[in-house]
Amino acid sequence: MTAETQIELAPRVSDEIRKTTCYMCACRCGINVHLKGGKLVYIEGNRDHPVNRGVLCAKGSAGLMQATSPARLRAPLRRVGPRGSGTFEEISWEEALATAVSWLKPLRETAPEKLAFFTGRDQSQSFTGWWAQQFGTPNFAAHGGFCSVNMAAAGIYTLGGSFWEFGAPDWEHARLLLLFGVAEDHDSNPIKLGLARLKERGAKIVGVNPIRSGYNAIADEWVGITPGTDGLFILSLVHELLRAGKIDLEFLARFTNAPVLLDSDPRSPDYGLFLRDDEGRPLVIDRHSGKAAPWDAEGVEPDLRGRLRRAGITHRAAMFDIAERYLDPVYAPEKVAERCGIAPDQIRRVAAELARAAFDAPVVLDRPWTDFRGKEHRTMPGRPVAVHAMRGISAHANGFQTCRALHLLQSLLGAVETPGSFRFKPPYPKPAEAHPRPHFRATPGQPLDGPHLGYPLGPEDLALKDDGSPVRIDKAFTWENPLSPHGLMHMVISNAAAGDPYRIDTLFLYMANMAWNSSMNTRRTMEMLTAQDEDGEYVIPRIIYSDAYSSEMVAYADLILPDTTYLERHDCISLLDRPISEPEAAADAIRWPVIAPDRDVRAFQSVLLDLGARLGLPGMTNADGSATYADYADYIVNHERKPGIGPLTGWRMGPHGLTHGRGGPNAAQLDSYIANGGFHAEHIPPEAAYYKPWNRAYQDWAVAFGLIDKPQPYLIQLWSEPLRRFQLAAEGQGPRQPPEHLRGRIRSTLDPLPVWYAPMSDAFEDPAEYPVHAITQRPMAMYHSWGGQNAWLRQIHGVNPLYLPTFWWERLALSDGDWVRVVSSHGEITVPAAHMAALNKDTVWTWNAIGKRKGAWALDADAPEATKGFLLNHVIHELLPARGDGLRWANADPVTGQAAWFDLRVRLEKSAAPDQSQPVFGPIGSVVGQGPGERP
Amino acid sequence: MTALPDRTERTLGLVIDLDTCVGCHACVVACKGWNDQGYGAPLSDQDPYGAAPQGSFLNRVHSYEVTPATGPAQHVHFPKSCLHCEDAPCVPVCPTGASYKRVEDGIVLVNEDACIGCGLCAWACPYGAREMDLAAGVMKKCTLCVDRIYNDALPEEDREPACVRTCPAKARHFGDLSDPESAVSQLVAERGGIDLMPEQGTRPVNKYLPPRDRDAWGEDSDVLAPFLTPVAEEPQGFLGWLDRALGKL
Repeated sequence: MTAETQIELAPRVSDEIRKTTCYMCACRCGINVHLKGGKLVYIEGNRDHPVNRGVLCAKGSAGLMQATSPARLRAPLRRVGPRGSGTFEEISWEEALATAVSWLKPLRETAPEKLAFFTGRDQSQSFTGWWAQQFGTPNFAAHGGFCSVNMAAAGIYTLGGSFWEFGAPDWEHARLLLLFGVAEDHDSNPIKLGLARLKERGAKIVGVNPIRSGYNAIADEWVGITPGTDGLFILSLVHELLRAGKIDLEFLARFTNAPVLLDSDPRSPDYGLFLRDDEGRPLVIDRHSGKAAPWDAEGVEPDLRGRLRRAGITHRAAMFDIAERYLDPVYAPEKVAERCGIAPDQIRRVAAELARAAFDAPVVLDRPWTDFRGKEHRTMPGRPVAVHAMRGISAHANGFQTCRALHLLQSLLGAVETPGSFRFKPPYPKPAEAHPRPHFRATPGQPLDGPHLGYPLGPEDLALKDDGSPVRIDKAFTWENPLSPHGLMHMVISNAAAGDPYRIDTLFLYMANMAWNSSMNTRRTMEMLTAQDEDGEYVIPRIIYSDAYSSEMVAYADLILPDTTYLERHDCISLLDRPISEPEAAADAIRWPVIAPDRDVRAFQSVLLDLGARLGLPGMTNADGSATYADYADYIVNHERKPGIGPLTGWRMGPHGLTHGRGGPNAAQLDSYIANGGFHAEHIPPEAAYYKPWNRAYQDWAVAFGLIDKPQPYLIQLWSEPLRRFQLAAEGQGPRQPPEHLRGRIRSTLDPLPVWYAPMSDAFEDPAEYPVHAITQRPMAMYHSWGGQNAWLRQIHGVNPLYLPTFWWERLALSDGDWVRVVSSHGEITVPAAHMAALNKDTVWTWNAIGKRKGAWALDADAPEATKGFLLNHVIHELLPARGDGLRWANADPVTGQAAWFDLRVRLEKSAAPDQSQPVFGPIGSVVGQGPGERP
Repeated sequence: MTALPDRTERTLGLVIDLDTCVGCHACVVACKGWNDQGYGAPLSDQDPYGAAPQGSFLNRVHSYEVTPATGPAQHVHFPKSCLHCEDAPCVPVCPTGASYKRVEDGIVLVNEDACIGCGLCAWACPYGAREMDLAAGVMKKCTLCVDRIYNDALPEEDREPACVRTCPAKARHFGDLSDPESAVSQLVAERGGIDLMPEQGTRPVNKYLPPRDRDAWGEDSDVLAPFLTPVAEEPQGFLGWLDRALGKL
């Protein structure tokens, strides 16, 4: 018989394609959502979209299963059983909102700081922050403090922009990419597309990571570094390049503050600060005149060897300090290699490759441009060395300075905003000075005096009360972590439970699984959330939580405001906070309801606006008491942060019709976005596309488009004056003084030049007793616990063994199927082990957030995620062990407060196989039941 | 049983670049999504929220570690689906003729109406590339998205397999391997594309591009050394060099 049958070669997959923005992770790719008869049938990448250009990762395609997940919350809930039990009753939205108002209104009228509002993986921070500001509480932040604030803060204080959202490698011209600590996550599709482009062009990739998986698996050279030593490795590269004179002197002189004159007299009260003119402008020595001149004056050619004696005080260019610091033999490869876990030859080889790529074959684009001093350049020369880094170097207590060291390396090579190197994405470049300072003055019944999160320039900007105690519940912007521009969400529950610095009334969380994988010290966090005082009242009296899914956190709230999935709501990915720009274009995007919710749920942002109107918050309430905005879509279109500037830049209303950038609200704006595939991109003219911080054409373009109000050229801050101001205070200068116990630490860690110090925990835990580093990565095919209830993704990553390197595998005489006990100074877990050879000799790792609490996420209590899956969080504490000084020190970066997840040290023991990963937690009641035996 | 065609008019297949595959599973899920609603029965999942979730996939990514004689261990991601072999052993074993290889393009397909779910073809395939769908009771396998590649309801640029369209690392290529001028044939020639398990005599159509040498820079040490020739050992000497270098600018 013949098998050739008639098959349908041209079936119609859908009757409609709706283009919106993905939210399966933080990367915000464009997606084509196919619908047939109104039902979701297929999701693919949008080819026109600037972020993913048609491709889509596993998570994105699996969005179908997210939209039908049985873990979706269905209706507002009020807790009826004890907190943590997961017993709730469904209530109406009217009841839910009235309850929330009854809790929040008295707080606003009497003590707005009693509301702590923290918003997790929020992509609407310019809105949620504005809401919190109108409410008047100083206690607002999103999740950056436990994610990558070190990277963001070091980038902005040093370069005026940071990796990922605000900058990217020049994939088209780079010849060498140095990739640090990217734990298979941000940036998802753009990095993969970029790596493919580098490979296609024959460029080389060096991966610096203790684990050789994912991107590091395809790197041409792997530097299997010991966690927490990246800064030392980088400064050794700096040492070698300085010693060989392989630095870009023109770049350093023109575009960095290496030539800025520093007060170099140790007896001067301004020691280490810039010499400034009467108008406060830092001075350099002009090579033409040999005289002091403002750094930005027309025609000035700053001298890297500038010296000036004025009023009896010697001033020298910062370049002197840079040379003296890093030529020190303590940074020689032989001196650092053992500590870094790599060979001295490999350090030298990477340094030589950097020098070769940067100086042997510079990229020169034939584009004339004019810099901010009026100097005309005929071409755009570039150093084709690109760098990208993420949490791996960020999540350490030395992460801020490590990121600063990386930016120093880039700057010495002339590899910032030059062709082939690292490029900013609008609204960046933007220096720390151009950001707001922190605002924190709460007045009952009034809005806060400005945005919460900002960039302190010195001790005067700290959020301290007159008695020196912290204003904020998370202790952001205090001497313990002065530069904490993302706040410290990971300290909120712990501080609130301890009543330190004060007790709060209502904890309001959005999209943050703090009772599980987003907290260190998970068991204790659950205890804090359920702790009661002597009267039987909860120590944190009220908890409101909004999430789309039945996550572990749900059981620990009193009132649940169920959110929609990302396919059922409006969102805007705005240039006011974290847009989707690329180096060549300013771009923003929307989400819109491509399907209608089939449950009694509401988009969180619309709910916040409703709450705002019920509370009578300014900006959300009309004079007659009615709501200003019907919903979030109405806000997106009609809200103006200042005249002509709204959440979206595309299709605004100008004096002569539609315009982009500055302009008034346009009632049809969202229709235009939808017609354009859900995004808008405004291209930067070619003559403005590089050297952006210093390029007049870019600065003028950014003003015209509304990103900035006036040109704001600046210098890369290799020497950081804000850090020096804190250090000076610690040395006893100035009116605002740190507490005695912090002086030494501030002096050594807030160094104005990049410095490496061992992770703080090394001083509290004996490295010999805990000889193994333990870290996590996020699988590319799953993101946090969100993927956990996804029917397809959980088949790819349903279990997470602890991967051990050969050295420890053999030392413990393990074989397949064995289990290990992982012991830290804080606790222990017993988990399945697996061997991996492509690992740093003393590092173990596992996938993040695969482990689930029984009863959560609509999974069977016997699901592998709940029986074998585990969290490393149980062995990490938010505080370092006590060491007898009467103090408890945070397990965090002393500059930014970033949670030092990756400083974890453990010891390993072979264990008899338990029936489940240990510890085992009892099940929580599920508010959605358990998922069906078949896929919806 | 079905006879394999003597020759096919074209030889469509995939070329998979093991040098750039980062193991992200994008192809796995795009394939699942498309084929769940595409050719034949949906790709079912058993116990999707339970203790032993298990479903049919037409494409999976495996990961292997390779420890060379010198240098650090390496990690290779290896996506695998039906290789649409020229001498496909899965076809002649089919007792009902449900498995067949198309004359016009060489795609190996299963006619699900004729499939009795006996599993002989999966047993015959040395690559483990076929999966029985437990809900439908029929054999599922990669169709090379036969319902996309000729689909005039799709924009022309989308007429390629879903896994190729979605691959973020651009590690998957689709084309006619019988045409020496095709982009895929050129890639295979340039990069030394290889057959998977050639000793099985299946003559697979899909080719794999091997990973380029890793960690091989040590061999460049003579070239690289001059880049680190010191200009100075001490800050004082460095400042002297700086003077001279600045004088030349």
